[in-house]
Parts: sequence; structure tokens; C-alpha cells
Amino acid sequence: MKHLKIDNLHVSIGDREILRGLSLDLPTGQVHAIMGPNGSGKSTLAKVIAGHPDYTVTSGDILFDGESILEMEPDARARKGIFLAFQYPSEIPGVTIANFLRAALQARLPEGEELEATEYYAKLYEKMDLLEMPRTFTSRAVNEGFSGGEKKRCEILQMAMLQPTFALLDETDSGLDIDALKIVSHGVNSLRGPETGMLVITHYQRLLNYIVPDFVHVMVNGRIVESGTKELALKLEAEGYDWATEPEAEAVGA
Amino acid sequence: MSDTQTQLDIDREKGNFRYDVDYEFDAGTGLNEKTIDYICDVKGEPDWIRQFRKDALKKFLEKPMPTHWASHDLENIIFDKIRYYLSQGGQKPKKTWDEVPEDVKRTFERLGIPEQERKFLAGVEAQFDSEAAYSNIKEAVGKQGVIFMGSTDALKEHPEIFRKWFGKVIPTGDNKFSALNSAAFSGGSFIYVPPGVKVSHPLQAYFRINAENFGQFERTLIIADEGAEVTYMEGCTAPKFDTATLHSAVVELVALKGAKIQYITVQNWSNNVFNLVTKRGLAMEDAEVKWIDCNIGSRLTMKYPGVVMKGRRARGEVISIALAGDGQHQDTGAKMVHAADETTSNIVSKSISVGTGRATYRGLVKIPRHLKGCKNNTECDALLINTSSRTDTYPAISVRGTGNACQHEASVSQVSSEQIFYMQQRGLTEAQAMSLSVNGFVNDLVRQFPMEYSVELKRLIDLEMEGSVG
Repeated sequence: MKHLKIDNLHVSIGDREILRGLSLDLPTGQVHAIMGPNGSGKSTLAKVIAGHPDYTVTSGDILFDGESILEMEPDARARKGIFLAFQYPSEIPGVTIANFLRAALQARLPEGEELEATEYYAKLYEKMDLLEMPRTFTSRAVNEGFSGGEKKRCEILQMAMLQPTFALLDETDSGLDIDALKIVSHGVNSLRGPETGMLVITHYQRLLNYIVPDFVHVMVNGRIVESGTKELALKLEAEGYDWATEPEAEAVGA
Repeated sequence: MSDTQTQLDIDREKGNFRYDVDYEFDAGTGLNEKTIDYICDVKGEPDWIRQFRKDALKKFLEKPMPTHWASHDLENIIFDKIRYYLSQGGQKPKKTWDEVPEDVKRTFERLGIPEQERKFLAGVEAQFDSEAAYSNIKEAVGKQGVIFMGSTDALKEHPEIFRKWFGKVIPTGDNKFSALNSAAFSGGSFIYVPPGVKVSHPLQAYFRINAENFGQFERTLIIADEGAEVTYMEGCTAPKFDTATLHSAVVELVALKGAKIQYITVQNWSNNVFNLVTKRGLAMEDAEVKWIDCNIGSRLTMKYPGVVMKGRRARGEVISIALAGDGQHQDTGAKMVHAADETTSNIVSKSISVGTGRATYRGLVKIPRHLKGCKNNTECDALLINTSSRTDTYPAISVRGTGNACQHEASVSQVSSEQIFYMQQRGLTEAQAMSLSVNGFVNDLVRQFPMEYSVELKRLIDLEMEGSVG
């Protein structure tokens, strides 16, 4: 079992502090959900783990199986096994999904070793079938002109191909209709297993009906204010975030 | 990947070597009537050519440098210090590589020319400084009546065809550098494809500058007779000298009724070369002239391939890729002159500026009032890699009359940091991410190049991008 450990993490963008002492332990084999109101810092957490250059870690640490990854470039973190399914994936005009994924897998091989094309395509088609994607999808440029649902499916396809140790899913349910949500969730669930840890970031409880988490954390103002089992998500659904935000507001006012 | 299988000339360092060569003929530095007499005597040219050259020299001297619109870097060309003719001898180019003198042959072998010829070409001409060292056409192609030889020989052996079209598509006084070429020209290819003959494999010319302070002025004339089809490719390299080298070619294409000419250039001069080239094609009724132009090398390139559509339903096309690296200026574009009804032209230009590189697009499209049913489509896209990179676009479109249509799209984009982060998150290094997105940018155009070139082009972009990050 491996652990992705966030230890008392403080993160700023410019002068603004967004994460204020966040701690979390995600072991492989588990799915953790992070819920919270808009602006609580959920997406920031995902991007900081992936190494986005806009954010500065002012204190605390991120440990991948005991080793700090703060000094690592985003690509080195990715190759180590961290995957971020983006809320807003970038378009890469002129680069087909097949070529992009091929380059990504090639980047994980030792120098001088070439990706085996037949095996690659067999695996790609298998994963595409899982996500109910037509074969013609491989020759489209990455995310270019994709609908919201296609973009999210494409993110999960990449995750399925790259088989990360820790996957961060940032608002993967946003922009999905119920059918697309089911397909994407099915794809994510098929990747669950003892070798993979997942952090599912969502604003709504809805997604968690399909991807059932082992633990749920509530994030408010850059901190985790409550942790529990999946029932916590139902409580949030019923009561909203107000009960969690009020004490924080008082603390600020005091 | 087949990267290792082909070794063409797009590697920027590949041409950077030089072997010593003994020159039997050297016109010395500077250009005057005596230089012209020297060249004519060595080449044994007829009087009309001597006169043609001398008239051109006058025009060259009269015409001012076009620095009122073009780069002031042109002022750094010192015409008096350039050598205008260098050769090992006035003898005919060899038909087998075995006959080519050893000191010249090893250069072309190192560039892989004989190997390419065996693999996929219908004929090759290899020019070393002022003259072709090698010129050969595959027997089967020759038997179809196709003529492929150096211009120097063609004007002696086929004066009737040569003289009819020589200087007709690009008149001597077209611009200062076409006048210079007309005065000092030597080498280049002459191709004649008889009616109805479709040459199945490309013919290739390779231009090599080996000497320092030298000017190469090849002259190419390609005539595709009625219904004929031909593809011509040219490549070029030079060693990196400390001093400036000049390359100023004139290329004239004539596509007669229903003929098709495709002209592919991969320009990879070293960064000390001024590359000032005039290229134009004439397309008669139902004929098609297509320029596929890729500019990677040189210090300053000024090149605007053109098509004059003189016959009904003629088509003109320019597909252009320019990569301006640190310190380079690629000033390229296209000229489309519609001179008959229902003619169509298409320009697609993509440029990439890296570091302090500068890419300029200049496009001229002319459709006069009296014509009907003419169409032009122009797309020009520029990609900037670094904040110090620069791009400029100067379209000049004149479409008159009511029955004509023109469409122009231009874009400037930058590789965004979010895009790079996204790709890095998938495990690509910053340089790999950059080169993948640059390759994506030119992908649709690169696919129009022969496979051997497109693979190398991708590899070159990878190399350039490694230097652009970090």
C-alpha cells in the first residue's frame, strides 16, 4: 500500500492564501471524496498536488509514499503516478488523442525503448469500448471542439491508459448529463482497485451515488473541517454547507 | 517510428561541415562586366546570353535596395566582397556518382543524396557552388521524353524550348535580386515534360554552398507541356561561416493547358545565408501550379512564391511553413495573380517564431474587375513561442468586380502555459510538450510533404523546442 499524504499544507496564489493548513492521507485502495462550497480551495488542492506553477506552497508538505514531491516538476510527478482529471481540460489543436496518449506513454518508458504499437492500440480500443467512445475518436485533436461530456470522457480515457497510482478527479461530474455521468462513473469504478487511490472532488453529492467513496471530507476556506463516511455526503446534500461554514465565519469575525 | 530510417537534409546541423575543394575557375570578388565576360567565357555561352546578362547587370545596379518595405538587414550584404562564380571546371555534370570528383562527392554522400536517389527519386541534380557536379535521370523517365538537366547545358542543347520561356515568367527587372540572378546565374535545373507524360516519382535538385563569401545564383526553368504532371523537390545546405553568404535564385514554372506542377522546397541554409529568391509559375487553362514551401534555415529569407493564372479555370496554391529561430527572419508569403475567368487560388501559411526569431507574412492577391467567377482563399496563422518572438502580417488583397470571391483568415496564437501544464501533467517534459503542440500546429501542412521530409521536419521541431525552454 502506498500513501499520498498532505501535511499541514499552506498554499498561496500571489498574496492570497487559499489552502490554510490542510492535511489528508490517501492510501491506495481507497476512494476519498472532497466536497465543499465554491471557492473553498478544492481545485487548488488538486492543482497543487499536480505541481501547477501558479501556486506557491508556503509551508507544509506533499508526500508520495513518504517522499516529498514539492521540488518535482509536474511531468516528473505525473510519471511517478499522479494523474489529474481536469475540470477544464486544455485543447491541443492538431494533436490527435492517439498520438498524445502514445507520447505520454512513451515518456514513461526508459530511454531507447519504443512503445509497441499493436499492444498500444489494443489497449486503447479496449478502454474506449469501456467508455463507449467510437473508434473515430482517436483521430480527433485532443479536446478540440469537444462537448463537455466528450472532454470528461477523454480525461477518464487518459486515466485508464496511464494507470496512475493516485488519481485526482476535479469536478468530473460538471457539465455531464445523467447518461454521460453513468458512463464516466462506470469508467472510474472499473479503475478502482488495491493499486489505486482516488481523490474525487465535487460540489454535488450526485456523483457520489455513482462513485461511492470510502471517506468523505468537507472542505471550507482552505481546510478540511469534517471527515466521515459516505453518509456525510448525504448530510451535506440535506443540510447544505451552512452548518460547516458558520463557525469559520465566527472565527474570522472574532 | 521511422526516424532512424531516413536521413534527409532537415537536421539543422547536418550541413554544417566543409571539405576543402580546389577550384579551377574563380571569377574573383565583385560583379562587373568583366565578371560577366569571365562567366560567359568559362561556360562558352552564346552572345545573346552575354547581352542578356549585361542588360541585367545594369538593371541590378539601377534598382535601389527595397528597404523602404523590406528588412534593413539587406544593407549588410557587401556585394563587392562576394565571389560570383566558383567551379571545378566548365565540364558537363557527371551521370554516375563514380565519375564525380572525390572532394565533391564526399560532401553529397555525407548529405545522403545518392542514397535518396536510389530510394525514391526519378532523377537528381546536385549543384556544388556554381555548377552541377552530378545530373542524372532514371532511364525509364528519360525514355518518356522527359528532359532533366542543368540550365547551363539546356540553353546549349535545347535552345528552342529554353529561350521561349526563359525570363518570360519573371522578367529581369522584376526586382533587384531577379536582376542580380539574371546577370550572374549559373546552375539550376531545366525540366521539360512532354504532353501527357506524368512523372511518377519526384525529380530532385540539391544545392550546396561550400565556399565562403560566395553567392549562388541558380536558375531553374520547368515546363510541363499540355496534360503533363511533375513534382520537383529542392533541398539545400551550407556550412556555417562567420561571414555572410548570398543565395539568390530565380525559378520559373510553366504549366501549359491541363498540366500540373508541384514544387517542393525545404530550405535549410545555415544562419549566415541571405536567401533572396524569386519564384513564380504560369498556369494556363485548367493547369495547376502548387508551391509547397518550407523555410527553416537562413539569416534572412525573402521569398513569395507566386502563380499567374493566365488560362480559364487555372489553379494556384501556396502551402508555406516557416520556422524562425533565434536571430532568424523568415519573410515569406505568396502572390496570386488572377488573369482569367474562374481561376482559383489558395494560400495557407503557418509560421512559428522561437526566441528572437521573426516571421513575416506578405500576401498579394489580385483579381481585376473584368473577371468573373474567381476565388481566393487565404489563411495565415502565426505561433509565437517566447515573449521575445515576433510576427507580422501584411496582406495586400485587391479583389474587384462583382462575380469574384475572396476569403481571408489570419490568427496569431501563443502556446499557453495552461496547455503546457496539461501536457506535462500527462508526463511529457516541457520541451516535449512544446514540440508536440508546435507539431500539432503545422500538422495539417506537414502531411502534404513527402513522408521522408515530414518525419525529419518533426524531428527538427523537437530539436528547436529543446532549446526554447528552460
